[in-house]
Amino acid sequence: MSSRRDILKTAGMGGLSLAGLPRLTLAAPTGGDKRFVFIFLRGAMDGLSAVPAYGDPQYVAKRGALAIAAPDTAGGALKLDGLFALHPLLPTLHALYAKRQLAVFHAAATSYRDRSHFDAQDLLENGTAKAHARDTGWLNLALGGMPPASAVALGTSVPLVARGPNAVSSWSPSSLPAPASDTLERLAQLYRGDALLEPALARARDANEMMAGTIMKGETQPTVALAQAAATFLTKADGPRVATIDFGGWDTHTNQHGEYGVLTRNFRQLDRTIATLQSALGPVWDRTAVAIVTEFGRTVAPNGSGGTDHGTAGAAFLLGGAVNGGRIIADWPGLSDRALFEGRDLAPTTDLRGMFKAVLRSHLGVAESFIETQVFPDSKSVKAIDGLFAA
Amino acid sequence: MNLESAIAVNRFGLGARRGELAEAGTDPRGWLLGQVKEAKTYAALADLPAVSSGLKEFPKYLLKVGLGSNRRSESEQGSMTGSVPSQENRPMDAAAGSGAPKSIEQSFREHFGPILSREFSARLQVGADTPFPFHERLVWFWSNHFTVSTSKPVIAGVVGPFEREAIRPHISGNFVDMLIAAVKHPAMIMYLDNNLSAVSGYKERQGFLAARANAPRATGINENLAREVMELHTLGVGSGYSQADVTTFARALTGWSVGGLFDSGYRFDARKHEDSAKTILGKIYPESGARQAEDVLRDLAAHPATATHIATKLARYFISDEPPPAAIERIAKAFRDSSGDLPTVYAALVGSPEAWATPLTKVKQPIEVVTSTLRTLPRRDGTRLDGAVAALRNMGQAPLSAPSPKGWPDTGDAWIGADSVWKRIEWANTIAARYGDMLDARDIARQSYGELVSSRTEMALMRAESKQQALALWLASPEFQRR
Repeated sequence: MSSRRDILKTAGMGGLSLAGLPRLTLAAPTGGDKRFVFIFLRGAMDGLSAVPAYGDPQYVAKRGALAIAAPDTAGGALKLDGLFALHPLLPTLHALYAKRQLAVFHAAATSYRDRSHFDAQDLLENGTAKAHARDTGWLNLALGGMPPASAVALGTSVPLVARGPNAVSSWSPSSLPAPASDTLERLAQLYRGDALLEPALARARDANEMMAGTIMKGETQPTVALAQAAATFLTKADGPRVATIDFGGWDTHTNQHGEYGVLTRNFRQLDRTIATLQSALGPVWDRTAVAIVTEFGRTVAPNGSGGTDHGTAGAAFLLGGAVNGGRIIADWPGLSDRALFEGRDLAPTTDLRGMFKAVLRSHLGVAESFIETQVFPDSKSVKAIDGLFAA
Repeated sequence: MNLESAIAVNRFGLGARRGELAEAGTDPRGWLLGQVKEAKTYAALADLPAVSSGLKEFPKYLLKVGLGSNRRSESEQGSMTGSVPSQENRPMDAAAGSGAPKSIEQSFREHFGPILSREFSARLQVGADTPFPFHERLVWFWSNHFTVSTSKPVIAGVVGPFEREAIRPHISGNFVDMLIAAVKHPAMIMYLDNNLSAVSGYKERQGFLAARANAPRATGINENLAREVMELHTLGVGSGYSQADVTTFARALTGWSVGGLFDSGYRFDARKHEDSAKTILGKIYPESGARQAEDVLRDLAAHPATATHIATKLARYFISDEPPPAAIERIAKAFRDSSGDLPTVYAALVGSPEAWATPLTKVKQPIEVVTSTLRTLPRRDGTRLDGAVAALRNMGQAPLSAPSPKGWPDTGDAWIGADSVWKRIEWANTIAARYGDMLDARDIARQSYGELVSSRTEMALMRAESKQQALALWLASPEFQRR
């Protein structure tokens, strides 16, 4: 079968400049066998609900009606240690912690200290210490320092963290039939030299080829379906090594808890997303790390509507078969009035970039110098957290 | 001349209807500015519900599903304040098991599906047919600037009325009037939780329905609306306001609320209002009830940071993802000098030479792809809109469902990825299969993009193996994907 890759190669030899294009296909030769999934909880997950610090003497008093019941009580949190527990609707994460495949981060934040979702997300994704400092994402830039590999964003758009010069595809389910291959071929010709459309179509064709024949199980929770799709990509021998999933809807200014609460729904969905990813990855799970992060935490005290407003530090997770887990990474600042950031927020004591750097260095094999100069510039004071991966 | 008319109908308008290029041809700037002199009304929007009836839909839905009964979804998820199931999940829906009890998602979809469907169709139809496409594009711009979204199910009945009541009447008016109308509208108040904000220590007596549905009670300040008004609607992030300004503005906004089942609409609830003078951005606002927050809004509208923020967004939307500073300053100056008179601001935009540059650089958003496609199709075809909403969902821009208060992104890098291009091609191909026999793609290309059609595209259309394929190639072409 004369593939479009041959045609593109021919076109390249014909003098059309493809040199500026990054690796065009997902099916680039793949040196590394590690996998990484980046899950972004947009809207600011309430860290003190996800990982209640039930052992802090101030926890119940400060959280009021939003306090999660302590472990060993009816409907109580799932115990991690004497200070921390997991929300009761995160049993899959709890089981992973017991298997030493989950590291829990708390009082964690980026370097951002204001309270705009959109600037906070931008800064977390672009990898610098400033929102909008560049229009590329750290995960994309990191691909340039890895053994040849590509990434896939599950969803209709590519999040900033995965945008940049290196090969990124994207995929989401469709309700329309695929166009005929002759039409696609002609469009590929028509797009030649178009900096946006040419690489996008080439990668879309690869992605759809990889997904061909995959039956998406009926699934009403979008991120669970996307986790299935991510696993399909990541388990292909010549497939992408990195995947991103966006999970929105965490901005819980009202009615966080209870049967119809937003967090009730979101935690169930997050737990199922991870369970699905784990089972669908099969043996590849052992070589996988999954980071679950959010742009900032929320106020320690409830607001006037049974919710919480924008805060500073919060919780994050690193899990997977490749992770040296069963640990809590937290320099706990406490919840007393004096300990709070600006009198209202959990104070940040752990920099999330320490987790990201550890993933890149110890899991994905990116050289430290490359990380410091290209991926996370101006972050010398933030060290990669040691021991998150087996040596 | 022809080049400028092609820019007028595509960059500023919504894509050419047959004959529109010629219509704009003699005086493209005059053609544009003639559309923004006064508010427009449309028969397609005339029979749609007002906010007073839209507000009753959620309580009606609660009554229908049996309020706070223990009805659960098959996936054990149920939320009244989370995301709209019908929006995100439709492409992957499982076939509902026969005889299974209805899930929250299903019953929500059954109740709100037809309501939203009417809203979506009417909005698409106006976009497809309007002879005032610049005016309509500005409706989209301002509706996105003041985003309210069905991503919050409880407001699903009022996002449609919001655009008709708070945005459309003010397109050709003054910014401050649109700002006040938008912030005061029940859709915005509920989207950003101000109905649940109250003076600290307030004890809310809940009505029957709210209590049965376990709706949250207001017991103190919620700063969501105050922050987003400063960050997104007026001053812009990083323009110098502090956390204390946000919190104090939230205290001034307490009481801006929504009436109950029998007095649906905006209502100032004096019992919730914090009765005190307040200092915001260095200015003291004496206690004056509902008027206090309105006075703050007037000052925010007149703040120079607001002029720059709005000018930057307009320039990004109409000129380039990286808007030229000279154009931003020209538009901002018009905003400041006219105290926010919008037609004056639009004239500065249209009068900017940068706005008429080629090649086309703005990547169309999905709604623009779909609307400009519809504008090329035969008007009399009653099935024209079929599949358009599903296509928008596939492309990640389901109508009236922006993912956050910031609204939809408007830069190409947010919209053009592999999946997005694939979905655009699928849509082009589907339309071509339906309309290919009736339409001549080369003629349509000339009729809508005139001199902007490249010779390579022209050649590809000529060499296509069928009329259908030619139409698919045009609708997916590099030109048609841009404006």
